[in-house]
Amino acid sequence: MTAVSESAVPVEATDAARDNLKALESEAIHIFREVAGEFDRPVILFSGGKDSTLLLHLAIKAFWPAPVPFPLLHVDTGHNFDEVIQFRDQVVEQHGLRLIVAHVQDWIDDGRLTERPDGTRNPLQTQPLLDTITEHKFDAVFGGGRRDEERARAKERIFSLRNAFGQWDPRRQRPELWNLYNGRHRPGEHVRVFPLSNWTEADVWNYIAREGVELPSIYYAHRRKVYRRDGMWLTEGPWGGPRDGEVVEELMVRYRTVGDGSCTGAVESTATTVEEVIAEVQASRLTERGATRADDRLSEAAMEDRKREGYF
Amino acid sequence: MSSLLRLATAGSVDDGKSTLVGRLLYDTKSVLADQLDAVQRASVDRGLSTPDLSLLVDGLRSEREQGITIDVAYRYFATPRRSFVLADTPGHVQYTRNTVTGASTAQLAVLLVDARKGVVEQTRRHAAVLALLGVPRLVLAVNKVDLIGYDEAAFTVIAKEFTAHAASLGYPDGSVLSIPVSALHGDNVATSSENTPWYTGPTLLEHLENVPVAPDPHEAPFRFPVQYVIRPRTPEHPDYRGYAGQIASGTVRPGDQVVVLPQGLRSTVESVDTADGTLDEAGAGSSVTVMLADDLDIARGDLIASASDRPEVTDEVTAALCWLSSKPLQAGTRVLVKHGARTVQGLIEEIASRFDEQTLSTVDGPDVLELNDIGSVRLRLSEEIPVDDYSQSPRTGAFLVIDPKDGDTLAAGLVGDRFSTLGAPEKA
Repeated sequence: MTAVSESAVPVEATDAARDNLKALESEAIHIFREVAGEFDRPVILFSGGKDSTLLLHLAIKAFWPAPVPFPLLHVDTGHNFDEVIQFRDQVVEQHGLRLIVAHVQDWIDDGRLTERPDGTRNPLQTQPLLDTITEHKFDAVFGGGRRDEERARAKERIFSLRNAFGQWDPRRQRPELWNLYNGRHRPGEHVRVFPLSNWTEADVWNYIAREGVELPSIYYAHRRKVYRRDGMWLTEGPWGGPRDGEVVEELMVRYRTVGDGSCTGAVESTATTVEEVIAEVQASRLTERGATRADDRLSEAAMEDRKREGYF
Repeated sequence: MSSLLRLATAGSVDDGKSTLVGRLLYDTKSVLADQLDAVQRASVDRGLSTPDLSLLVDGLRSEREQGITIDVAYRYFATPRRSFVLADTPGHVQYTRNTVTGASTAQLAVLLVDARKGVVEQTRRHAAVLALLGVPRLVLAVNKVDLIGYDEAAFTVIAKEFTAHAASLGYPDGSVLSIPVSALHGDNVATSSENTPWYTGPTLLEHLENVPVAPDPHEAPFRFPVQYVIRPRTPEHPDYRGYAGQIASGTVRPGDQVVVLPQGLRSTVESVDTADGTLDEAGAGSSVTVMLADDLDIARGDLIASASDRPEVTDEVTAALCWLSSKPLQAGTRVLVKHGARTVQGLIEEIASRFDEQTLSTVDGPDVLELNDIGSVRLRLSEEIPVDDYSQSPRTGAFLVIDPKDGDTLAAGLVGDRFSTLGAPEKA
């Protein structure tokens, strides 16, 4: 032993800023205010899912009592859950926000995009997203991405520069020091901003419980007709399922992530309250994306490849 | 409610850093079954007999292909006592800029050495960078002790050498702890090892859970960079005018006497506001909205500070720069300086010296600073800004140097003569 041990000293969270959730909240609010101060045309990606709902909740707190100084953008694959779209519209109305919707269907209809053979539309979101960013000249785009979600995301900055093609180059990332964020970009480039970078799935749920944040009902256990594909419970829907031989069952399920219905799986669950969800998340032996997202299972570097192309 | 500890790891190539981080994640049950399955599959594909835990953390394709870590990766794990944000920084010399990045927010750093090799050049270099950035506490993880037969004497030699080096950088007794570990087998990472009965200190995880990190907020002067002016002008709040920001240092209470800089206007704090209501007091790290008693012209970039303990307002700054760009710095270069919420133009008038991390000495009057160099410069600014010495108040003594042409971040800047104050690491 060459130095004294400190292990006998108890930890007491006396200052609010030392409390884990308070520290994460303060960090996210700081990021929102930096963007408001430095960018001309920011936008928040808002799907009605839990991370983007949390994002909006924090934006509202950052500028209170003034209104959120940014519009919202949703890239709608057309395969979304009805409950989530209703929730999205209700939140927009309740807070007097402006929502821009880019419908993937429009890109398919006029031939700019082609439907994939497997019917999944998650990868098709990239083009409408980039086109809409260009059309509205958005220079900062807030997303709810978290570094704990996936290995490639673990290496992304809070301010992530995208070139004129919307691409991420992990080798050209700027060092991010202290709480000083460098948002400088050239015309045509934009910056993706991730205020929830340092949150974990458990943090998100604990904060939702503490703040009483309302979520779409499908995050809680409910009865649903589902069928098994690639080890996931997929729901019936216009995205093409079930196929021959896939048996539809009615189960108590909930969603841990909410995305395109064709590739977002439900998990069997009895958790009907936020407290029960927290208990379930803590006991889970699968990651959020590993459990429920077919799109991340494609290859060892599936997310990295999509991010390089301009995906969130 | 658990508290938050931000830590960084550093070590040289092949010290087993990714394995140690993988072990911490695994032993705190932060690795879930599907991630382990993926590691298992990839390990088998590579012909390995045991799962390679480093695959949990090497995220980019080129990293997995080369078996090295290239970029700072952020990892999250938690115990009932604390939540941890871990900046895992690469060991290669050419990636020292990532160590600087990880260290800028770290309250503690874990340095790794291979027990067979002991303290090497890169260890000394990393420790100097950590000291320069004011990381207040260090842990030396002497890894692969299994490969030296759990030999106490060999461990003690390494620990003594490192503690002496850290002391020369200004780390006092009690701020440095050496722990014998085997990341591969888990000795002294999360559980005390039966193989090292001679080691009576805490395991790495116990130490991380218990080490005190928060400074006394009442000792530091109040510093509040104004990020944004909140003026709703709505029917409910027609006259609301608040200054939004994150407290950089100290605490604030209603009634406090403050000064707005660089203008030098004095006022009194009327209230400290948040969306959850007004606060009696707020401390460093809190994002709040400050309302003042007087109607002043205050904008983004101004600093609200304690009236009785105010920073210097100057357009002439001496600072240490950690040069992070492959474009070398020469005297006469024009740059942008981002300090707090303000960005001003700057001119590098002189490169006074370059710091040699090996000898802990300085070389006077170098022609250039190159990637990974640390030097002392004289900087002239286009306007006066309020600055603190980095050792007194890191968040108001730190700045970014930005290339005005392409917007790249060129350097991390630390106000003051850091080389002579390397004797006093301190961080709020």
